[in-house]
Amino acid sequence: MSAAFLLDAGLCLLILAAALLAMAGRDLFGAIAFFIVYGIMIALAWVRLEAVDVALAEAAIGAGLTGVLLIGAWAMLNRLGVPEDHKPAAGWLRLVAGSASGAITIILVAAVMALPAGREGLAPMVAEELADHGVSNPVTGVLLDFRAYDTLMESIVLVVALVAVWALTPPAVWGGVPGLRQHTRPDGVLAMFGRLLPPIGLVVGVYLVWAGSSQPGGAFQAGTVLAAVWLLVVMAGIHDEPPVSSRLLRTVLVAGPALFLAIGIAGLGVGALLAYPAEYAYALILLIEFTLTFSIAATLALLVAGRVRRAP
Amino acid sequence: MTGIIDSATLFALTGCALIGLGLYGFIVHAHLLRRILAFNVIGSGIFLVFGALGYLGTGQGTDPVPQALIITGIVVALSLTAFAIALAIKLAEEEKTAFLDDATPTEERPE
Repeated sequence: MSAAFLLDAGLCLLILAAALLAMAGRDLFGAIAFFIVYGIMIALAWVRLEAVDVALAEAAIGAGLTGVLLIGAWAMLNRLGVPEDHKPAAGWLRLVAGSASGAITIILVAAVMALPAGREGLAPMVAEELADHGVSNPVTGVLLDFRAYDTLMESIVLVVALVAVWALTPPAVWGGVPGLRQHTRPDGVLAMFGRLLPPIGLVVGVYLVWAGSSQPGGAFQAGTVLAAVWLLVVMAGIHDEPPVSSRLLRTVLVAGPALFLAIGIAGLGVGALLAYPAEYAYALILLIEFTLTFSIAATLALLVAGRVRRAP
Repeated sequence: MTGIIDSATLFALTGCALIGLGLYGFIVHAHLLRRILAFNVIGSGIFLVFGALGYLGTGQGTDPVPQALIITGIVVALSLTAFAIALAIKLAEEEKTAFLDDATPTEERPE
């Protein structure tokens, strides 16, 4: 057994333990905390699998933003005085749930073990096709070129999810500001970090999308970092959320998907939907990525802020 | 390869266990936030199985196509989580509960 294998086995055990505590922890806040730990360790597993792009996305979105969302929801439920405890599930339900989940796990394990060894996958095909394009990070190539329709739909799904969240707003405050007003001590730690970290975050965000064409990174990871900057500025009380009726805000939200769609449709002129003319492919992909990054950042930050709560 | 299974297979098997664990939590917990949490554990378990099976070996990393699909999946899971949480909070505001079922909560529900 090599040291690397033992490290991986230990990591798997830690992942399972954290997932177990996130599922079974008696206290809801503790369960959420363990879920965040779990997300970070899953990100480590992706690093071990040499999937750094996924590791970045998992750490930033899976652990980070989902964690912020869950803690925010927990705080809101506490504020509303909603009881957390519930009659525990009946014994028969636990038995049925345990057997069903166990059976599904066993079937999945059998399926994984039955796969033939020695996989080639689609990597050689991607590498071959990528040679004609500007981007050299294969993951970015797949996301924005070979499977661009997935990414286009995904960027639209994000905006639609935000529209769905906004749709829960009562008419009285429509057009107003999302989330609750943040109060912080002007000389506190949060206020200090709210001023110290945003410039660094902005640089890291722009770097991630720029580097994404040749190294791990890309629009979604960069957008999440920028969204985190936005959240920090709001939480530190330095700037409030913009009102949802703002035309500028709405333009930023749809600019990325709209530009992506427009360039995709223009691709019909050179052969197919979402095809790029070879000599402009790099420039077009970068243009889409940068616009998408800002739209994703705004959408993610507003998804975390939740529905409109204060009148304009 | 070390022993019977390699590291990538180990991660895939961990993913299988996570799917089972998440599914169990999803069924037995009635609290909506816990269900959302369980949904996310199932999701990352599926991603881990998918990604680990696409691992090509040291130096080659993981197949870029599953990687791209998983990144898409992570973002879509976040969108759904955000919407589910917004619905759960709406329910809590209107009904003062975080449970969907008709089971009796430990405290009397104010009508």
